Amino acid sequence: MTDTHDAQQEQDQQGQHQYPPSTGEYWQIAAILAVLTAVEIGLYYAGQAGMAASVTIPGLIILTILKFVLVVLWFMHLRFDRPVLNRLFIIGLIFAGVLYGIVALITLT
Amino acid sequence: MSAVDDQQRRTGLFQRPSSTAGIKGWLTTTDHKRIGIMYFVAAMIFFMAAGIEALLLRLQLATPEAQVLDSDVYSQMFTMHGVTMIFFAVMPLSAAFFNYLLPLLIGARDVAFPRLNALSLWVFVSGGIFLYSAVFFGGYPDTSWVNYAPIQEVGADPAGYTLEGGVQSNRMLFYSLSIQIAGIASLASAVNFITTTLNMRAPGMTFMRMPVFAWMTLVVSFLMLFAMPIIGVALWQLMFDAGYGGNFFRPGAGGEPILWQHLFWLFGHPEVYILILPAFGIVSEILPTFSRKPLFGYAAVVFSGVAIGFLGFGVWAHHMFTSGLGPVANAAFGLTTMFIAVPTGIKIFNWLGTIWFGSLRYRVPMLFSIGLVAMFTIGGLSGVTHAIVPHNAQQHETYYVVAHFHYVLFGGSVFGLFAGTYYWFPKVFGRMYNERLGQAHFWIQLIGFNLAFGPQHILGLEGMPRRYYTYPPGMGWDLWNLVSTIGGFLIALAVLLFVINLVWSARKGPEAPSDPWDARTVEWLTSSPPPQHNWDVVPTISARDELWHRKYTDEEIPRPVPAGASSDHEQGEADSEHIHLPDPSWWPLVLAIGLPVASWGVVMDSWPVIGGGIALMLFAGVAWGNEPVTEPEPDDVAEPVEP
Amino acid sequence: MATETAHAPQTNFNVSNEKMGMWAFLGSELLFFGAFITVYLVYVPRTADGPGPEVFDIPFTSVSTFILLMSSLAMVLALAGMQDGDLRRFRTWTLATALMGLVFLGGQLYEFTLFVQQDGLGLTTSAFSTSFYVLTSFHKVHVAVGVLMLGTLWFMSFTGRIRADGQGTNAVENVGLYWHFVDIIWIIIFTVVYLIPVDLVT
Repeated sequence: MTDTHDAQQEQDQQGQHQYPPSTGEYWQIAAILAVLTAVEIGLYYAGQAGMAASVTIPGLIILTILKFVLVVLWFMHLRFDRPVLNRLFIIGLIFAGVLYGIVALITLT
Repeated sequence: MSAVDDQQRRTGLFQRPSSTAGIKGWLTTTDHKRIGIMYFVAAMIFFMAAGIEALLLRLQLATPEAQVLDSDVYSQMFTMHGVTMIFFAVMPLSAAFFNYLLPLLIGARDVAFPRLNALSLWVFVSGGIFLYSAVFFGGYPDTSWVNYAPIQEVGADPAGYTLEGGVQSNRMLFYSLSIQIAGIASLASAVNFITTTLNMRAPGMTFMRMPVFAWMTLVVSFLMLFAMPIIGVALWQLMFDAGYGGNFFRPGAGGEPILWQHLFWLFGHPEVYILILPAFGIVSEILPTFSRKPLFGYAAVVFSGVAIGFLGFGVWAHHMFTSGLGPVANAAFGLTTMFIAVPTGIKIFNWLGTIWFGSLRYRVPMLFSIGLVAMFTIGGLSGVTHAIVPHNAQQHETYYVVAHFHYVLFGGSVFGLFAGTYYWFPKVFGRMYNERLGQAHFWIQLIGFNLAFGPQHILGLEGMPRRYYTYPPGMGWDLWNLVSTIGGFLIALAVLLFVINLVWSARKGPEAPSDPWDARTVEWLTSSPPPQHNWDVVPTISARDELWHRKYTDEEIPRPVPAGASSDHEQGEADSEHIHLPDPSWWPLVLAIGLPVASWGVVMDSWPVIGGGIALMLFAGVAWGNEPVTEPEPDDVAEPVEP
Repeated sequence: MATETAHAPQTNFNVSNEKMGMWAFLGSELLFFGAFITVYLVYVPRTADGPGPEVFDIPFTSVSTFILLMSSLAMVLALAGMQDGDLRRFRTWTLATALMGLVFLGGQLYEFTLFVQQDGLGLTTSAFSTSFYVLTSFHKVHVAVGVLMLGTLWFMSFTGRIRADGQGTNAVENVGLYWHFVDIIWIIIFTVVYLIPVDLVT
């Protein structure tokens, strides 16, 4: 009984999206991931061929973040899950980013 | 291929234990209360070992140019004293309290992952045994608990000792691997307690009704969750440097020694709060009970605890002011360090507010709690002097620092943990401790402690460096060193009284009622000692200080609630609902044995031994996965499956 | 409903303990990998006159990256099979996930032997080589543990611990979370270690 209740709540919170996503949606996400990876590799070779690093490096970073977010939200179905799980993970991300960022900054300068 | 549930009891090497009696019952237990007691006993053994090491250090330093220990043994002893006290005594003592009390405080029947809990215990014990086995492999670690890499490369000791090739790196490996093992235990506990606190509170137990100790458990668990990985990485890198010729901290091949310091203190400073916050939580439970007043400023105490947790991650470089970070970083970290004194000060004032105009009862737990407030404040004030960068440069690596951190760690953490031990002793063993012996313990410890560490402030300001195995006469240090040694032996006497009191009272003490202190929180609602399932009926919480409100009216001068008026006194017979408790299991113990085996393999540089240890862990892990937490019982199998 | 879930105590956040514990653990893992990646970034230029990142074989690594990425798809399909009560689909995709993990591991190990034998990039060569090998090996250990857990799940579907009536869905979901996490870490490592041109970072 609790499960139906939960599913109801999830739907209320998330609007149109329903958990679990259909297998078709999973294939779509995988296809997007594959394309993004291909673009990444393309950017690498473009950089080798002389494209400015001010384009390739931000491009690579953005694509990586996109892939990261897609996997976390869909495959790890965080977008359908309880916000508390979200927070646990995001606190870890923030800690890792900020602390190690400062360490790298101090060590490299 | 489908198997009957019955047969699963026989999968693997052992039959799944079903009895809780005897030694086997203790080795395979998943009961958080038994695990808590074993944590306490093991941690006390390590505490006394580290204490003996400290006494040896103090004997050596009692007189100038003493010959009790030579420089090599002295280095091993102070390193072992530090490592043992921090990772194998105070942290597990706190874990003992978390284990025993957290489920009782929040009204749960057990922790979220009972077998993981048992794993934490056994991993910690095996880590400690591994560390002390170093004596058979060329000696204990000797480069202090901070172990600044690449110190193993330094070479011959100026005092004339040359160690055979390999011995130095063996010692380094023991340092790295034993703390790594202890870290695994802490990480598992952290996951366990976070999930327990977030997910398993009794009905009505909202966050702002949780006892402060439960709050501090949550904060400490988060600190461990995010700090243990950092030291884990640093130790892992150290292992590659010391054992496999890696270049992480070797400047010759491009390594960066300062990186070790960053990673170490990035963990090391949150670690300080991992050590002290449990004691703060304990004191926040004891002071209201023995003042017969609610905790003054509950929300402020809780949020200052959380603030300490967050700020604790932002001050690490104040341990590195003398390493040449540059004025900007020094100023920034000096500031954050001073900020962190604010939430700590808030706590101190709230405790004072709690005692203010209370009707105080000076029982032993109360004495120790007041001791903590006073002693920790002294340590906190000397801590603020470290935050001032030029001042810090003067004090760096002197006995002033040693005095400071013993005032916060011994005067703070250990006083708090002893207070908690006396306070919850009747609940755990169903017997009262001996009050007079306890009072004697407190006064001897208080005097001994101040004699031992007070003079070290003066020694430090007079320039006596720490970690030196001896000093020449005529430096003006003789008297204070002697006083300090006398104080050290007084502490040892006090701890001896403590142990005698506990051992004797657990067997022979007068029987304790379920609520001997007229306390405020729900763990005193159940019997002393609590039954294995903790509660016949899980209490429903309607207020902070739930138990107090069940006992007393909400008036200016509280009167006892007339008997029978409170309808929710859950006593009487057990609910007919069958209570499911996790079954005992061998696998946590077996898995934990694999870790030191693999680590000995690393020290001996023997791949078969490493492989054997890893195979044991994998085998136990797979068997663990194949075994349900709770075995289905005969009546469940017959139960009709819900549509 | 399965016996396991029927008796599961109601939790305060309506999330199973196992799942919450897993996310807390993954949050902690971020700090593990974050430290290794940071150390690597600091040490990239410090090759001590040994070989540097130019030895990386981008086409080869791209293929193994792609395989690991697709194993995440197989993992969600296995979970979907489990949620639909289709044990056969669960078994097929679980096995596929584990196999792709093994192929990835094999590819990585092969690459390592090439680095050591052809390029002379050993663990002890330089700060760069040590940090590279330790970072990627730490990730590989995670993949290996994941493969082992997947194998255990597959095995459990034959012993009755994982059943078509939904018993064991929780375990499958949590192993899945772990597996995807290992995948996203590789997504980061692939970009940071292999793709971003080093000479320009420094």
